[in-house]
Amino acid sequence: MSEQRMPVRRTAKLFIGGEFPRSESGRSYEVHAHDGRLLAWAARASRKDLRDAVRAARAAQADWGGRTASNRGQILYRVAELMEGRRGQFEQELTDAGAVDPVRGVSAAIDRWVWYAGWADKVHQVLGATNPVAGPYFNFTIPEPTGVVGIVAPEDQALLGLVSRLAPAIVSGNAAVVLASENAPLPAVTLTEVIATSDVPGGVINMLTGFTRELVPWLAGHMDVNAIDITGVPEDMRADVEVQSAENVKRVVRADGADIFSPAAQSPYLVTALMEFKTVWHPMGA
Amino acid sequence: MARIEKREREAPERREPVWEYATAPESSDIVRLEDRYGLFIGGEFVEPKSGKYFPTINPATEEPLSEVAEAGPEDVDLAVKAAREAQEQHWRGLPGAERAKYIFRIARALQERAREFAVLESMDGGKPIKESRDVDLPLAAAHFFYYAGWADKLEYAFPNRRPRPLGVAGQVIPWNFPMLMAAWKIAPALATGNTIVLKPAETTPLTALLLAQVVQDAELPPGVVNIVTGAGETGSLLVTHPDVNKVAFTGSTEVGKVIRRALAGTGKRLTLELGGKAANIVFDDAPLDQAVEGVINGIFFNQGHVCCAGSRLLVQEPVFEPLLDKLKDRLQTLRVGDPLDKNTDVGAINSRQQLQKIEELVASGVQEGAEMYQAECNLPERGFWFRPTLFTNVSQSHRIAREEIFGPVLSILTFRTPAEAVEKANNTPYGLSAGIWTDKGSRILWMAARMEAGVVWANTFNRFDPSSPFGGYKESGFGREGGLHGLEPYLDFDGGGE
Amino acid sequence: MSQAAEIERRHPTPVRFNAKEAARLVSRAAAVDAVGLEERAASLAKRSIKRDSKLWALDLVIRSMDLTTLEGSDTVGKIVAMCAKAVRPNPVDSSIPSVAAVCIYPHLVPVAAGQLKNTGVNVASVAGGFPSGLGPLDARLREVREVVELGADEIDIVLNRSLFLGGQYAQAFEELAAAREAAGDTHLKVILETGELGSYDRIRQASVLAMAAGADFIKTSTGKIQPAATLPAALCMMEAAREFFHETGRQVGVKVAGGIRQSKQAIQYLVLVYETLGPEWMTPDLFRIGASTLLNDVLMQIDKERTGRYQSPDYYTID
Repeated sequence: MSEQRMPVRRTAKLFIGGEFPRSESGRSYEVHAHDGRLLAWAARASRKDLRDAVRAARAAQADWGGRTASNRGQILYRVAELMEGRRGQFEQELTDAGAVDPVRGVSAAIDRWVWYAGWADKVHQVLGATNPVAGPYFNFTIPEPTGVVGIVAPEDQALLGLVSRLAPAIVSGNAAVVLASENAPLPAVTLTEVIATSDVPGGVINMLTGFTRELVPWLAGHMDVNAIDITGVPEDMRADVEVQSAENVKRVVRADGADIFSPAAQSPYLVTALMEFKTVWHPMGA
Repeated sequence: MARIEKREREAPERREPVWEYATAPESSDIVRLEDRYGLFIGGEFVEPKSGKYFPTINPATEEPLSEVAEAGPEDVDLAVKAAREAQEQHWRGLPGAERAKYIFRIARALQERAREFAVLESMDGGKPIKESRDVDLPLAAAHFFYYAGWADKLEYAFPNRRPRPLGVAGQVIPWNFPMLMAAWKIAPALATGNTIVLKPAETTPLTALLLAQVVQDAELPPGVVNIVTGAGETGSLLVTHPDVNKVAFTGSTEVGKVIRRALAGTGKRLTLELGGKAANIVFDDAPLDQAVEGVINGIFFNQGHVCCAGSRLLVQEPVFEPLLDKLKDRLQTLRVGDPLDKNTDVGAINSRQQLQKIEELVASGVQEGAEMYQAECNLPERGFWFRPTLFTNVSQSHRIAREEIFGPVLSILTFRTPAEAVEKANNTPYGLSAGIWTDKGSRILWMAARMEAGVVWANTFNRFDPSSPFGGYKESGFGREGGLHGLEPYLDFDGGGE
Repeated sequence: MSQAAEIERRHPTPVRFNAKEAARLVSRAAAVDAVGLEERAASLAKRSIKRDSKLWALDLVIRSMDLTTLEGSDTVGKIVAMCAKAVRPNPVDSSIPSVAAVCIYPHLVPVAAGQLKNTGVNVASVAGGFPSGLGPLDARLREVREVVELGADEIDIVLNRSLFLGGQYAQAFEELAAAREAAGDTHLKVILETGELGSYDRIRQASVLAMAAGADFIKTSTGKIQPAATLPAALCMMEAAREFFHETGRQVGVKVAGGIRQSKQAIQYLVLVYETLGPEWMTPDLFRIGASTLLNDVLMQIDKERTGRYQSPDYYTID
């Protein structure tokens, strides 16, 4: 066995409806390491792929939102179990992307995922309420998932940055369409491979790799997306995204710039920012 | 309206079933029992300094299963010391997120070994495998899962109050839900940063000892969880030990009061989950077939060995006869027998002692003038058994309406108006739970607001969830287990805890 | 005694309600708590039926089966083949009983009647505008009468959901009562189409309406829409039948149909009957399963119980 063994290279594909299709446009683009090496060709998603992803998300959302909170929490915990098992691959991809401390980044991403998994069946207790209205009525406020959330992942911190936006979005029962970091998409792709094998129903999380500037307007203007996370949207595009979002009154959220490794970057309020509060009245009378 | 004469109810006769379910035994091979168990202290199984052991038997067969240690004063002292050391040197300083991961490990292990635990629970305690498999074990695992998630989020549950662990918790649990009660006690205590000495019930120590193995496999720092087996004396030593900061007790009201007195003036934090005599209230507009299920479940689930059992049925007079007819029919379909048979609905009474208590109270019911109706069924020769039983013609003054029987015995009373139902339901020193059956939403809420009970079930019964706080009013105890409220008893705060 | 006469014995002349009484019965029908009902059904579905009790159950499943084909593409050839299967489900095993009936479209009744003469297997036919139950009433009633004349032993008609869901109970009742009359003494099943009714309260009400109109059986589904038969829907109907029996003394049977492909499901329905209605109802006179592919699965399960080996479909004839 003195000859060198050729490794089998990975093909990076889109993740839509629980499956891994290539872009319907047949396009792809080169992904380079921070030192210029060619790492892979990633699919270059088109507006039609985005359309399909939103459709898949909508189709999956009712079931996902209808599951018990405990079930969602356990499924997210399972994702963390499998991330831990794949940490070597994640660390390598972060190294290629130029991360200063890939081990720390991967550990933080896994721990953050576990942190959010634990919120699934608690957010209602901390942020829901029964309201003591002045009358013989039982009145309660419950948070519910908003529906389909579009997430433009941050360019840097390719894994932790993505996890910090994705986990709080889906733990409450939303389905997500994610535009991965354009320059460092591979950790996102690996994450979808983890997700595909950890009991997350198909369509709950969808991931598109490609050119951010090309895809963002289609996401921002899509009438069947309920909320959009603009964390990774280039500065000069942000105002326009907000204008587009007005068409169907999308909720617009973004990361606030806190140090991503700090506890300030995780919060149950990021969960409820993508939820709707419903208040119900019922008379109390014999 | 043309009608045929309503069919006269025939005297209950022996049904010869055309179809008999063959026995469907769950194999006990999965359980590996030691001949003898030591105490679990400081991460290891050790022999008791007391040198004493006692047997634990299978109440369905009276066969001895194993011997467990009886912890004496020295043993309890060692356990508390181990817990204290672990708390100060390992557990308290651990970040919440790391504590969480240990607790998640325990949750996962309970899911993986669920069948083994369920079979052992049924063998040691007598409850049907259907229940230990479908209720006790899933809930226990869910409890650990739920509280694991709180370990690093306490500041959100108690904003601005700097929540901190109390230190060492001494916990005493009963024999009716051994594994589930262990989970209810251990999970929140660990999540809040405390360490534990737990005493399982005298007749049901085995699943707690198996849990000790899980704790070892999860590599919890030694001494974080300690299990000391024994009887009332061991429990007493534990709760009065000077270096225990917090006591949690689930058991009879009588013993609860003893503990309350013993802790007076010590400054120890205390929660008690005691007995009950819950009213299950059925209005005439209730969905009757489902109400029947709720009433049956309310009193025959776990052979009625349930603190929150719906042991008093309050039925609105207009619907008394139809409901009674349905209950009698339904009683006949209950399958009483081998707890390990997957089709068994009602298992063995937990001990000879408990059986005698039930028999005594049932005799008093007959003697005081209530009318008894029992399911017709063959009972096995050996073991402790009691037929599902209904009493009608019961009044509030009867012993069977006032005292907790803790067995498969339902006392049936009637009422006329919602206000009367409230009055009768609350006419007891107990206050653990209540059931309300009606199709009218506003009545549910009106009644619920007036029940002096810590848990109100509407159009359902015996529903438990780790996120749902459970506990009593009045002599059913104080403090809550489950939910955000279940964290508070294990924490110290700025601005005072109690 | 022939099956028809046996049915006659067990089902005395129905109590006659009028439309107004029937409408009142419907509005007084018991409320049903969906969560409680579904939990009870799920709990019964967990019964563990083993060995002898399983074999007994599988035998009853076959004896209670209405072997069904209701396709636009059914031909004489298809019916002939299915009748052979109905009489002798397993050509290499004579211990396997015949099914209770075949269930087919009206125009093929003569073919089936010819094939099944003297076999003990009944001919059941749909009639009355199956599956929608709409169209001119006189045409629907005429179809019922014709099917009787063609020699059907049993007739499966549908409830008019358009009327029922619109709240016109008296009118819906009258249509059923007219069909009852058109069927004469022929065994009549009324299909409620539980999957369209929207709630268990409605299923209970529809059951009461059909029984009051004189149905011999109430049936869950046409099999043409989803969801078809479900355990909770069947349980709801059985509770209604139990209540009706207590009120009037008349036993109305329950048929579950649609989507029952596996023996395990079929046995679960038997458990529902056993523990809700009682052992006396465990007979093809009071319980039926409408199915097609189920039969071979039952044969495979029987052989698995007997031999200890999981079976392959290759060894069982399609028809």
